[in-house]
Amino acid sequence: MIEGIDLSQVNWARAQFALTAMYHWIFVPLTLGLSFLCAFFETFYVKTGKEEWKKLTRFWMALFAVNFAIGVATGLILEFEFGTNWSNYSWMVGDIFGAPLAIEGILAFFLEATFFAVMFFGWDRVSRGFHLFSTWMVAIGSNLSALWILVANGWMQHPVGMAFNPDTARFEMKNFFDVILSPVAISKFCHSTSSGFLLASLFVISISSWFLLKNRHQEMAKRSIIVASVFGLVSSGFVGLTGDEAAYTCARVQPMKLAAFEGLYNGEDSAGLVAMGLLNSTKEAGDGQQPFIVEMKIPGMLSLLANRQPGSFVPGIEDILYGNEEHGIMGIDKKISKGRIAIEQLALYKKAKDNGNKLGAQTAMDGFRENEQYLGFGYLKEAKEAVPPVPLTFYSFHLMVALGSLFPLIFLLFLVLTARNLIESQRWLLGIGLVSFLLGEIAGQAGWVVAEVGRQPWTIQNMLPVTVARTNLTVGAVQTTFLMFLVLFTVLLIAEVRIMLSQISKGPEEV
Amino acid sequence: MFATLEYSQFQSLWWLICSIVGSLFLFLTFVQGGQTLLYSVARNEVEKSLIINSIGRKWELTYTTLVLFGGALFASFPLFYATSFGGAYWVWMLILFCFIIQAVSYEYRKKTGNFLGARTYEFFLFINGSVSLLLIGTAVATFYSGSNFSLNEYNQVTWQNPLRGVEAAFSPFNLSLGCFLVFMARVLGAMYLTNNIDYPELNARTAKAALTNFIISLPFLLYFLVSLLVMDGFAVDPVTGTVFMEANKYLHNLLALPRVMFMLLSGLSLVIFAVFMTSFRQSKKGIWFGGLGTILVGLTVFLLPALNNTAFYPSKYDLQSSLTIHNASSSLYTLTAMTYVALLIPVVLAYVAYVWHAMDSKKLTVAEITGEEAEELY
Ligand code: HDD
Ligand code: HEM
Ligand code: HEM
Repeated sequence: MIEGIDLSQVNWARAQFALTAMYHWIFVPLTLGLSFLCAFFETFYVKTGKEEWKKLTRFWMALFAVNFAIGVATGLILEFEFGTNWSNYSWMVGDIFGAPLAIEGILAFFLEATFFAVMFFGWDRVSRGFHLFSTWMVAIGSNLSALWILVANGWMQHPVGMAFNPDTARFEMKNFFDVILSPVAISKFCHSTSSGFLLASLFVISISSWFLLKNRHQEMAKRSIIVASVFGLVSSGFVGLTGDEAAYTCARVQPMKLAAFEGLYNGEDSAGLVAMGLLNSTKEAGDGQQPFIVEMKIPGMLSLLANRQPGSFVPGIEDILYGNEEHGIMGIDKKISKGRIAIEQLALYKKAKDNGNKLGAQTAMDGFRENEQYLGFGYLKEAKEAVPPVPLTFYSFHLMVALGSLFPLIFLLFLVLTARNLIESQRWLLGIGLVSFLLGEIAGQAGWVVAEVGRQPWTIQNMLPVTVARTNLTVGAVQTTFLMFLVLFTVLLIAEVRIMLSQISKGPEEV
Repeated sequence: MFATLEYSQFQSLWWLICSIVGSLFLFLTFVQGGQTLLYSVARNEVEKSLIINSIGRKWELTYTTLVLFGGALFASFPLFYATSFGGAYWVWMLILFCFIIQAVSYEYRKKTGNFLGARTYEFFLFINGSVSLLLIGTAVATFYSGSNFSLNEYNQVTWQNPLRGVEAAFSPFNLSLGCFLVFMARVLGAMYLTNNIDYPELNARTAKAALTNFIISLPFLLYFLVSLLVMDGFAVDPVTGTVFMEANKYLHNLLALPRVMFMLLSGLSLVIFAVFMTSFRQSKKGIWFGGLGTILVGLTVFLLPALNNTAFYPSKYDLQSSLTIHNASSSLYTLTAMTYVALLIPVVLAYVAYVWHAMDSKKLTVAEITGEEAEELY
C-alpha cells in the first residue's frame, strides 16, 4: 500500500481528509447511538422514579460526555478543511454544498450545544421533565446534524438539483429540494445513523460484559444489556435493509463503485454475489487475468440486489471503462474526449464574451452544452484513472457485510440469555461481547472506505476530479498539518481511552 | 415571500446575517476571556473550579457560533470561504488548532487518567483564550488592510506570501485589533463571572479585573480606530466594478452610513457604562450591557468594510482580485433558499435564551462544586 502512495500535494490532502474524517468517525457513531440510549435510560428513570435507573443513566452519560468532546474537536477541522485544502472545490460548488453545512449549524449544532449543558449540569437546576426533554433534544440534534452532513456528502456522490453556470465558471443550485431529498442522501442518512445505533449498542454490551466477567455491578449490567440488545437488534435489521438500499442506489448512480466493491471486472447477466473471495493482486483492468484466486459466489444474487431483477445485467469495471455497446454504455475514452471539448468550448466562450463577439459566444456555448455532462472527464489524463482502487474497496465492503451479519446474532444471544438469566455463566459469549465494540468500529470505518475510496477519482461524481478540487498549496504545508493533526488527535484519543477506562473501572455508584 | 428583493439586496442581507453571527461570537468570547483570567484571578483550586464550571457551561455555544459563522460564510460567500481559508492557510490552521485543544480541555481536565495532567489542559485553555483571539483579530483587520493574493480567471487563489496569512500578524494595525479582542474578551469574561458566580471574594476580584483589562485595551482600540479613520480604503466603482484606493474611505463610509456610526458610538458607550457599573457600583448586570455593546461594535467592524461600495476582502497585491459582497456571493437562488432557513434563527436564539435563563437563574456556589455530585463536573 504505502509504496503506492505518490507523495504529491493532492494525495497528502486526501490523506489528511481521510485521517481527520476517520478520526471523527471513531467518535461520531457512538454519539449518535449513545445519545438515544441515554435518553431511553433516563425515560425509564422518569417513568419508574427508581434511583437505580438514574445511577445507570448518569454512568452512561458520563462516558457519552467524554466521547462527545472529542467528536466536536475533530468535527471543527472537517468543517474548515473544505476551504483550506479543497478551495477550488469550495468555490466551484459552494453555492450548493455550503448550504447544508450552514443549515447543520443553525438547526442541529445549536440544539446539541444548548441542551448538552442542561443534560450535564441541569440535574438540580431544572425540572425532571425538562431534563429528560433536554436529553432527547441532544439525541435528536446529533442525528439531525448527521442528516445535513450526509445530504452534503450524498450530493457529492450524486450531484443533483444544480447546473453549471459558464459565466461564473461554477455549479449553481437550481432546486433545493432535489438536493436535500436526493435518494443517495436519504439512504446514506439511514444507513449511517442506524450503524451508529448499532455501534453504541455494542459499546454498552461490551462494557456490561466486562462488568459481568469481573462479577461487578451485575444488576446494572444486565439491565443495560437488555435495553442495548433490543436496540441493537432493531438497528441491525435497519442497517441491513438500508445497506441493501445503498447498494441499489449505488448501482444506479455509481456503477463503477459497485463493480469495484464486488470485484466485478466483466459484466454479466444474472451476476453472482461474491460471498467470500481472495483477489488476484496483479490483476488490472483489461489484462485478461482472472480477478480472483478463490471465490465463493451466490449465483444470480448480485443482479437481484443491484437491479431488483433476477437475470438482469450488471456492468463490470471493463464494461464501464471500455464501453459496451450492447448495453448502451459509453467508454471512458469517449467521455474524456467529449469532456475535453466541453473545456475547450468553455474557454472559447469566455474569450468570445470578453471580446464582445456575441455570435462566437453563442456557438461556443452550444458546443459546451452538448458535452457538458462529461465536463469532469475532460480533466482526466487517461481512462484508467476512472477506476478506483479495487482491493481496498472490495475487502472493506466484504468485511463490513460479514460483520453486519454477525452482529444480530450477538444481540440475539445476549438478549435471550440475559432474559433467561443465564448470561453470567456464558463466559465465552461475554468474551465475544467484550471485543464486539471494536468490531463495530471496524465495520463503520470500512463502510466509509467503501463509500469514499470507491468514488475515486471523483470529488463530485463525474463532475470534478480530486486533482482539480485542490488548493494551491505546497506539499510541505499539507504534510506539516497532516502530522500536526495525527499527533494531536492520537494524543487526544489516548487520553479519551484512558479516561473512559478509569471511569469504567470505577463503575456506577452502587445503589 | 422574498420575491420582491433584488439580488444585491440579498447580498447585503446575507452580509448582515454573517455580521450578526460574527458579532455574537465576539460577545461569546467571554468564554475565552474567562479562560485567560484563570491564572490571574483564581487564588486556589476551589476558585479555579468555580471559574471553569461557570464558563464551562457556555463554551460550546461560543464554539458552535464560530462553526456557524464559517458555515454561513461558506453558503453565502463561497468565494470568500475558498479564498481566505485556502489562501491564508496557516493563520486558519493555527486558529483551528487552538480550538481543537479547547474542546477537550473542559471535559478532560479533572478526570483521572487524562494522560496530560490538569495543568496541561489549563494551559490549553489559556492558549485558546489568547492566541486564537489574537489571530482572529488580525485576520478580521485584513478586511481593512488587505491581503496578498491573486485570483485567476477561474477564481482560483494564489497566495503571494509564504507565511500564508500569518504575515498579517506583523502589521501594527492588524495586531492592535487582535490585542484589543484579547483584552476585551477578558473584560467580558470578568463581567460574566461576576454575574454568574456567587462568591464575594472572587466577585470583588473579577469586578476589578474588568476595569484593569478595559484600561489596558484602550490604547489598542484608539490606535486601531484612529488608523482606520485616516487610512486609504479599497473602494469599488459601482458601475464598472473596478477597485481603487480612496483616501479616508472608512471615514467616508462611517459618515455615509449613519446607522453604523450610531452602532459604533452606542456600542462603545454601553461597554464603558458596563465596566463602570461592574467596577464602581458592584452591579452584576454589566455583562448584559457590555455584551450588547460588543455586539454593536462588532457589527460596525464587519459592516464598515463591506457596505457602501467597498471591497470587504481586498487584495493589496492585485486590487482587481479583491472580493466584494457582490462578486463573492452565492447565486440568487441559494441566497433566497437560505433566507427561508434563516427565518429559524430567531427560534434558535429564543431557546438558547430560555435555557440560559433556566440554568443560570441560580448562581454557581462553592457548595455545588464540592457537593456529592461534583465528581461529574468539570
Ligand atoms: C461532506 C462530505 C464528506 C463526508 C461526510 C465525508 N467525506 Fe470522506 N471525503 C470527502 C468528503 C466527505 C472529500 C472532501 O470529498 C474527500 C477528500 C478527497 C476526496 O476525494 O474526497 C474525501 C476523502 C475521503 C477518503 C480518502 C479517499 C481517497 O482519497 O482515496 C476517505 C478514506 C474518507 N474520505 C473517509 C471518510 C470518512 C471516514 C468519513 C466519515 C466521517 C467521511 N469520509 C465523510
Ligand atoms: C466531512 C464531513 C463532516 C464535517 C465537515 C463535519 C463537521 C462537524 C463539526 C464542525 C462538528 C462540531 C460541531 C459542534 O460545534 O458541536 C461536528 C460534530 C458532529 N458531527 Fe460531523 N462532520 C462531518 C462528518 C460527519 C458525519 C458523516 C456524521 C454522521 C453521520 C457527523 C455527525 C456529527 C455529530 C453527531 C457531531 C456532534 C458531536 C460529536 O460527535 O460527538 N459528522 N461535525
Ligand atoms: C449488513 C450488511 C451491510 C450492507 C449490505 C451494507 C452496504 C453498504 C453499502 C453498499 C455502502 C456504500 C454506500 C455508497 O457509498 O453508496 C455502505 C456504506 C457504509 N456502511 Fe454499510 N452495509 C452493511 C453493514 C454495515 C455495518 C454493520 C456497519 C457499521 C456498523 C456499516 C456502516 C457503514 C458506513 C458508516 C458506511 C458509509 C456511509 C454511507 O455511505 O452510507 N454498514 N454500506
